[in-house]
Amino acid sequence: MNARLRSSLLAPALAILFSALLCAVALLASGANPGSALKVMIGQVGEGQVAVDIVNSTAIYILAALAAAIGFQMNLLNIGIEGQYRVGALVAAIVGGALALPPMLHWLVIILVAAVAGAAWATLPAILKVTRGVHEVLSTIMMNAIAFGLAAYLIRRDNFGILIGNNVSTKPIPESGQVPGIDLGDRGTIFGLVFLSVVAAAVYGVVMNRTRFGFELKASGLSPTAAAAGGVNAKRMIVVSLLVSGAIAGLVGLPEILGRDHAYTLNFATGYGFAGIGIALLGRNHPVGIAFGSLLWAFLDKSKVALDNVGVPREIATIMQGAIVLSVVVSYEIVKRVELAAEQRKVGQAMGTATEPAGSSS
Amino acid sequence: MTDTDVDPATTSDTPAVPAVALAGITKRFPGVVANSDVHLSVRVGEVHALCGENGAGKSTLMKILYGMQPPDEGTIEVDGKQVRFKSPSDAIRAGIGMVHQHFMLADNLTVLENVVLGAEGMYGIGKRARARIRDLAGAVGLDLDPSTLVERLGVADRQRVEILKVLYRGAKIVILDEPTAVLVPQEVDELFDTLRTMRADGYTFLFISHKLDEVRAIADSITVIRRGTTVGTVDPKTVTSRQLAEMMVGSELPSPETRTSTVTDKEILRVDGLTLRTPDGRPLLDSLDLVVHSGEVLGIAGVEGNGQTELVETIMGIRKAAGGKVLLDGRDLTKAGTLARREAGIGYIPEDRTRHGLLLTQPLWANRILGYQTRRPTSRGAFLDVAGARKDTRRIVEEFDVRTPGIEVAAASLSGGNQQKLVIGRELSGEPVLLIASHPTRGVDVGAQAAIWDHIRNARAAGLAVLLVSADLDELIGLSDSIKVMLRGKFVADAEPSSVTPEDLGCAMTGAGVVDDSGLLVTDQTADGGTP
Repeated sequence: MNARLRSSLLAPALAILFSALLCAVALLASGANPGSALKVMIGQVGEGQVAVDIVNSTAIYILAALAAAIGFQMNLLNIGIEGQYRVGALVAAIVGGALALPPMLHWLVIILVAAVAGAAWATLPAILKVTRGVHEVLSTIMMNAIAFGLAAYLIRRDNFGILIGNNVSTKPIPESGQVPGIDLGDRGTIFGLVFLSVVAAAVYGVVMNRTRFGFELKASGLSPTAAAAGGVNAKRMIVVSLLVSGAIAGLVGLPEILGRDHAYTLNFATGYGFAGIGIALLGRNHPVGIAFGSLLWAFLDKSKVALDNVGVPREIATIMQGAIVLSVVVSYEIVKRVELAAEQRKVGQAMGTATEPAGSSS
Repeated sequence: MTDTDVDPATTSDTPAVPAVALAGITKRFPGVVANSDVHLSVRVGEVHALCGENGAGKSTLMKILYGMQPPDEGTIEVDGKQVRFKSPSDAIRAGIGMVHQHFMLADNLTVLENVVLGAEGMYGIGKRARARIRDLAGAVGLDLDPSTLVERLGVADRQRVEILKVLYRGAKIVILDEPTAVLVPQEVDELFDTLRTMRADGYTFLFISHKLDEVRAIADSITVIRRGTTVGTVDPKTVTSRQLAEMMVGSELPSPETRTSTVTDKEILRVDGLTLRTPDGRPLLDSLDLVVHSGEVLGIAGVEGNGQTELVETIMGIRKAAGGKVLLDGRDLTKAGTLARREAGIGYIPEDRTRHGLLLTQPLWANRILGYQTRRPTSRGAFLDVAGARKDTRRIVEEFDVRTPGIEVAAASLSGGNQQKLVIGRELSGEPVLLIASHPTRGVDVGAQAAIWDHIRNARAAGLAVLLVSADLDELIGLSDSIKVMLRGKFVADAEPSSVTPEDLGCAMTGAGVVDDSGLLVTDQTADGGTP
């Protein structure tokens, strides 16, 4: 067990080392001192509301990455998280704004609506995949495009949009539907739905490692042929995993909507879905890995503004994010191969010549 | 046999330098028997057959020769010069070409385009290429316009295009991987005519096959490979089919005989009129009937690719039957999925454990759960019982003598025999009533083979019904209480294991067997009566 833990830490350590090197090279190339750049980024965490922003962003990234990870577990690339969370957020905001319910119930209904809307947006790709063999990457990308158009249409003032100040948004969700956060005064407010992310990550971990569903999902991803022989219904698993992925994706926009904006506005944040895919890769689909990956991502996102102060273009942070994902993918693959070879040698040594084929020649 | 063995040390000082000489080739893969100390020497201008059962290591050897995989040990010499291929392009440069069993042609391109694709540097893509193709087309017996689209060609012509492709790239030594598998008998004869003509033109062929009659018809010498190593090289004119069969299946192996019958009259598996079709309507399984009783081993004999795999997978519910019924212990499972069939008491040893039986990167205990994710002791309701799975995996490791340092190691790190023992231990768990075993000892060392036979025999004595598919005829005859011979998706003969010989079965498998009125194989033929 200790060796297993060591190996699961070795890969990310290698990856971080390698990506730090890459980033240092990028910084040096742009004429900056990597040391001072890192220092101002870390220093930025102590400024104003940055620390709280990082926590809030982390929670959002965790949800997006979990949605991606469920697909990855069985080799499905749900590129549609971006569209699913937008549809989920918009529909939830419209429904939440139209209802009047007691507080707790109101949140639950909004969360449920967002999940159902996200899942619904993933339904068509799932059906196309199992009935017509349409690759989910293509269909979900197209569903993204449709989601953007649909959102832009629904928020028009002749549909669900209303003008507040100089911003168009859906009808605000009444106070009963707003999820209170933890108010830290000048430091900002931690969204109440941060806890939703924590719960989602924990449930994901349990489901993947301790339930039949998780086992069948992982088996389908590791070897579709062995899973089929073991009685796993591949088509059912594709549909279920895409729908669950879509449902979780539907929740991605909620921490901001229920905790801060209280409506879907024209300024609704984009890009969480794509970030989630990278973070799921970074965290190797493991809940703890995803949590750390999200934290790292949020840190890079929120502290990059400080780079301007030392004359470094803040886009360098985006390069870092890319470098980290690439390094992780490469280092995990290397560590995995080295480990397997080592284990085979170990088994071979322990068993003498058991791995030798029987050479009975005349 | 010893006088025909090829020793590379002696062949190298004969005047003719061999076209290809492999010496001491060894290749290890995690968990599978690949090649071990293989020696092969091919003379210039001969058709040299490489014979062996599926899984004996022929393909691995050819991949090594063609530069697709490096050998762990041993040397390769081409025309007397030692070579080290890093990729197939190195092999092609040395004059070796390979025609794969599955064609690698683009349907929507013309013959010319297919041949030139990837070799544009040799003769360009225009007139010179066309002229060169016309020159070579005659040699391979291809009589058509190079501008014809490949999608309009039949299988035999496609194969000729494949051969043309390797000649175009300058090959003088051509590896043919099971070239007759896709051809009908007349086409086989035509192919052999072409090969004979080309042989006269100085081409050298390495012909991979497990069909004894074809090998005897075309080859100038035959090397037999079994369990990853070369058994010997023989002259087809002096060797009998019986001797070849013995070399291939190894009659000196430990005998799997089970003579005391434990067959009861309790019907466990009944298959009625089972039919399976390809998407274009061709029958893969043609209205098959069979019954397996409690305590009975029913063996299915057949040349690979005659529907055995499909039969097993259809009974398991992995493929959807077009018609017919599957009943287990009186219960109709025709509409049930794979999991429901497993839960009803079918244990399944798939023919390819690494693809169908195991999750290679997962620890042994996780593999114990596969197929049993709904049953105790590995699960409770929707939750897995990891402690139970671990405990039961330890039991299997103990009872089935799986050689492993522990149950936390990945399945991939075990040897093939130990992987198979784990699979068999798992599939005999949970008190199955029927065991479907496809090639249960394929790619397994001799010791593990004997152990696996013991386990099957013991389970049968305890009342298990067993459906056994095997290419190892000794195993089939030794373990089975009755045998059915399968050919092109049909049962063509029944055989009595107590009186039938591997040669008789071999004949019946190629369609040359004689059956009496009750469908029982007549077993008094001579050993060489294989060719009709």
